[in-house]
Amino acid sequence: MKKFINKLDDVLIESLSGFAQAHADLVNLSLNPHFLSRKKPAANKVALISGGGSGHEPLHAGYIGYGMLDAACPGHVFTSPTPDQMLTAAEHIASDKGVLFIVKNYAGDVMNFEMAAEMLSVENATVYTSDDCAVVNSTYTEGRRGVAGTVIVEKCVGSLAETGASLADCKALGEKVNVRTSSMGVALTSCTVPAAGRPTFAIGDNEIEMGVGIHGEPGRHRVKMQEADAIVNECVKAILADWQQKQLCLKGQPEALLLVNGFGATPLMELYLIYHSAATLLKKHGIAISRSLVGNYTTALDMAGASVSLCLLDDEIKHHWDSPVHTAALRWGC
Amino acid sequence: MHTAFLLDAAKAVQKSILDNEAALESLDRAIGDGDHYINMVRGAQAIVSMEDELTSLSVALALNKIGLKLLSTLGGASGALMASFFISMAKQWPTAENTNPLSIALAFDAGVQAIMLRGKAGLGEKTMLDVLIPVSQQFKLLAEKKQSTPLICKAIIDTADQGLQNTRDLIATKGRAAGLGERAIGHLDPGAKSCQLIITAICQLASHPINSTRY
Repeated sequence: MKKFINKLDDVLIESLSGFAQAHADLVNLSLNPHFLSRKKPAANKVALISGGGSGHEPLHAGYIGYGMLDAACPGHVFTSPTPDQMLTAAEHIASDKGVLFIVKNYAGDVMNFEMAAEMLSVENATVYTSDDCAVVNSTYTEGRRGVAGTVIVEKCVGSLAETGASLADCKALGEKVNVRTSSMGVALTSCTVPAAGRPTFAIGDNEIEMGVGIHGEPGRHRVKMQEADAIVNECVKAILADWQQKQLCLKGQPEALLLVNGFGATPLMELYLIYHSAATLLKKHGIAISRSLVGNYTTALDMAGASVSLCLLDDEIKHHWDSPVHTAALRWGC
Repeated sequence: MHTAFLLDAAKAVQKSILDNEAALESLDRAIGDGDHYINMVRGAQAIVSMEDELTSLSVALALNKIGLKLLSTLGGASGALMASFFISMAKQWPTAENTNPLSIALAFDAGVQAIMLRGKAGLGEKTMLDVLIPVSQQFKLLAEKKQSTPLICKAIIDTADQGLQNTRDLIATKGRAAGLGERAIGHLDPGAKSCQLIITAICQLASHPINSTRY
């Protein structure tokens, strides 16, 4: 393992400290229990709190700031945060509008956020994201994972929350965006958890894992390396099949947001190549891509690979996607 | 049973986990996400390092403290599940004068029930419950029959191993391996493996003749 490390036990805290120093204009870091929150807590709005295992940067701390999250709770690498982190963060930032937790649908995250929600005295609700269509299951089953589409949910709900919208309305929009978003990932290599010191899974030089999760957990199947168009084609097909299964209405000229997300070790050059391939395919399917995002937004440490996420837009989602945002990882309009 | 047993048991469990690093790591790499062994070590270390604050407490209070500690240090599904187990078991733990194998079995069962509730899972889903549920049933059954501690311990060790082996042919429907579907067949579940290790370490300690009067 060749990584920038001083001491294994200090990796997380040194990384969090660096993040907080680099973005001191946007975030505050609190320790023991660990959470990051907006430099200037916003009043009179639903407080949005997300969190999860570390190793997916910039998710979630990179999305703290105006128009997006209020706080994020980082766990150990690929391990969910603990309820005391969410409780302390919620008590630190909550207004009387309540707290909305945005949680990727992974067992550990769900259970720890659930325990925090039970213990929290402030009014709260939770949106579970489950955009990953790689694992074949019906909508809202426990097996379906929340991955890069979570960024779209956090952006849109963040925008709505700034308007002073109610907790119920914020939750409803989050669930709507989640249902209309499907993702599919592919890994070219494994990732290496620093504390483990070796690759999480073994994969041959000429193999790829279709439908990989954001911790390197297996997806649909292992196949031989192919040309990019063939890989992207399988991802897009899976997403469109998922849309069909979710009975999303595709009448008229459907408009979508295309997010091509890197897992950490795939260069932007290749991500744009994937974008080109996916956009060309989607055009053939009669889907207009009117919003785009390409880059490393939900990573899996040093995994080579990428995911494609497609969100079926409507006027409401478009409005909230376009509205101003100022965070470490996303900034436009202000 | 005294708190001293808990502390010795924690050390025995820690040793067993460290001794089985290779087995736990390879199982988790096969069908998990690679963090299980690290989490188990972190949890065992957290409990062992609580010795000073636990030693003067009653068993019930010590179990509750352990649960809260795991809740704030472990993270992951294992953190929430293990914490729920200890906190619920602490609530059901008998008073000193009512402590006997059956009352302990009932407290253990309350802990297992809490895991089922929190994890929304049951038997046959390729999780730690495939070890814990049969162990709890066996424990209650033998305690009701007033069997001796060494006999109960031996039977529990066998039941835990059998439960673990059963996970090999199951399709995972809960836990991290759930995404694998049929590809998880043929692999033991890592969570079931660590539960089997923990239970075996504790039962070996409890049934060792030298300990019959110590705790």
